[in-house]
Amino acid sequence: MSEPIIRMVNIEKHFGSVIALAGVTVEVRAGECHCLLGDNGAGKSTFIKTMSGVHKPTSGEIYFDGQPMNFEDPRDAITAGIATVHQHLAMIPLMSVARNFFMGNEPTKKILGMSFFDREKADQVTMEEMRKMGINLRGPDQAVGTLSGGERQTVAIARAVHFGAKVLILDEPTSALGVRQTSNVLATIDRVRKQGIGVVFITHNVRHAMAVGDRFTVLNRGKTLGTAMRGEISPEELQDMMAGGQEMATLEGSLGGTV
Amino acid sequence: MSQAAPAPEADERVKEMSSLRQALIRPELGGICGTVLVFTFFALTAFDSGMFNAQGVLNWSVVSAQFMIIAVGACLLMIAGEFDLSVGSMIGFAGMMIAIFSVTLGWPVWFSILLTFVICTAIGALNGFIVIRTGLPSFIVTLAFLFILRGFTIYFPQTLERKTIIGGIKDAAEGDWLAPIFGGKIGQGLFQWLGDNGIIGVFERGTRAGQPVVDGIPMLIVWAIGLVIVGHIILTRTRFGNWIFAAGGDAESARNSGVPVNRVKILMFMFTAFCATVFATCQVMEFGSAGADRGLLKEFEAIIAVVIGGALLTGGYGSVIGAALGALIFGVVQQGLFFAGVESSLFRVFLGVILLFAVILNTYIRRMITGER
Ligand SMILES: Nc1ncnc2c1ncn2[C@@H]1O[C@H](COP(=O)(O)OP(=O)(O)O)[C@@H](O)[C@H]1O
Ligand SMILES: [Mg+2]
Repeated sequence: MSEPIIRMVNIEKHFGSVIALAGVTVEVRAGECHCLLGDNGAGKSTFIKTMSGVHKPTSGEIYFDGQPMNFEDPRDAITAGIATVHQHLAMIPLMSVARNFFMGNEPTKKILGMSFFDREKADQVTMEEMRKMGINLRGPDQAVGTLSGGERQTVAIARAVHFGAKVLILDEPTSALGVRQTSNVLATIDRVRKQGIGVVFITHNVRHAMAVGDRFTVLNRGKTLGTAMRGEISPEELQDMMAGGQEMATLEGSLGGTV
Repeated sequence: MSQAAPAPEADERVKEMSSLRQALIRPELGGICGTVLVFTFFALTAFDSGMFNAQGVLNWSVVSAQFMIIAVGACLLMIAGEFDLSVGSMIGFAGMMIAIFSVTLGWPVWFSILLTFVICTAIGALNGFIVIRTGLPSFIVTLAFLFILRGFTIYFPQTLERKTIIGGIKDAAEGDWLAPIFGGKIGQGLFQWLGDNGIIGVFERGTRAGQPVVDGIPMLIVWAIGLVIVGHIILTRTRFGNWIFAAGGDAESARNSGVPVNRVKILMFMFTAFCATVFATCQVMEFGSAGADRGLLKEFEAIIAVVIGGALLTGGYGSVIGAALGALIFGVVQQGLFFAGVESSLFRVFLGVILLFAVILNTYIRRMITGER
């Protein structure tokens, strides 16, 4: 087994009196899809935000390629190779796909010693990457607002891969999507993983997790309930852990295993 | 990528957009239509009034240029997602600072101007800093500065000189190297030549007999055109421009992508203050005096010009060229009403009506761009 690219040990995060994370330990390996499961409010988003430099953990250690790391802001994390597709805030709808694709990473060219945004290159790369992902754009200046939810996720993932991410964090990329779009995104995750990128896939849908996951960690009320490898755990067990056991077991009977 | 997927079939549910419709979806649309409309209107109603001879053109060009200078700042700031309601007060304040430094304190004019630029952009930075730090809407923070700056603009000359207008700047600026950059003119030779060759009128009598009626282009206009070009290039052709769009489109999202949103916003507040100071300096050099009531309501005129130019009040979308056209419409209408002999108070009515139309049009355009219903 390869060394973990990133190792988060005993991460705690407090917001004033709210303890969002009370000691979470997770590691991500290259070419592996690590699913982070948990109910709403379990602290999944907060956790990955400490990984991507948005929040500084209150306590705990982060090791990147074995070295202790301390991200000051998202730029540090991006530079280190951690790309994140945040839950609600992946893209800016009013901006074109090309401008979104290169947001924060704009290619530049020099004219008369001054540095300009190289729009031709941005447009060309964007069209190329979108075609690879199976998205047919009207043009690079099409606004992201006109894309479907699944397409936006795909653009965000393509962007992360293009900029050489070693770790790709996806916060509930499938939660707002229909069946077709979900399977597209899951297929993309699979493709990205096969390129040797470590994927952190957050979801509260066990079936989505089971479809692509290699390793599963369940969060509950800010704590790690446990980590299991693929094959070591059944979907039912995962479901039970997420809901905290008891209630789900009783519900299960009345709903006939539909959830 | 290991293998490229085959190019997907064109999605039959994405309606092909006609190129006409696509050409229409641009922020400048309203500004372009408005400009054509306004010029047609005055060409028909006020052509013989002298509005389109050399003096007339200079007249509305100067007024438009004034609007343009502050509109460029307001435009970039609005695209970055913020407002500055203190622009008008800043104009009064900056002018008064120059007058106090150069006339009351007797400092060299160039030094007074530079010092005023430093002070005013610092106040712009303070505006931005407070907005970023407190998370308050910039509307409120800059409203506070609207009053604070106006208050000082009245207080300083009152206490120092016992009056609210300080004159004598023309004399102080005599022979100064920096003052002509704001108050001077260029192209005198060209205009003399145009006059000599009968292309533009010349004075028939008096001390200036033989000189052309327009003897050069005021630096105010040069500043306006310069700022529009620089603003447009920064916005559309640099990575910083992409950050301006991103910061206003969705600050959180931009931040997560590594865009230094706070820096962008604070810089835009500073740029707005810079533009206001340019306006004030040109005005002070032209009038030779600073008045405590200068710049009143300019913040709203700037914002309206920007909105006519297609920017969204909510940020993330807009165009400097559009804002410049908005300013041009303003100048032409304000002066055109005068040439056409219409009561000038109707200008306000026009402002209100056109603002409403512009906002409605923008909302519609925004829906077309993002495909919202
Ligand atoms: N910025 C914040 N300030 C205060 N509380 C927060 C903040 N962000 C998250 N929380 C709290 O932390 C808990 C975990 O939230 P979150 O990480 O978004 O959960 P999940 O993504 O698993 O649904 C919630 O109780 C939430 O209210
Ligand atoms: Mg979440």
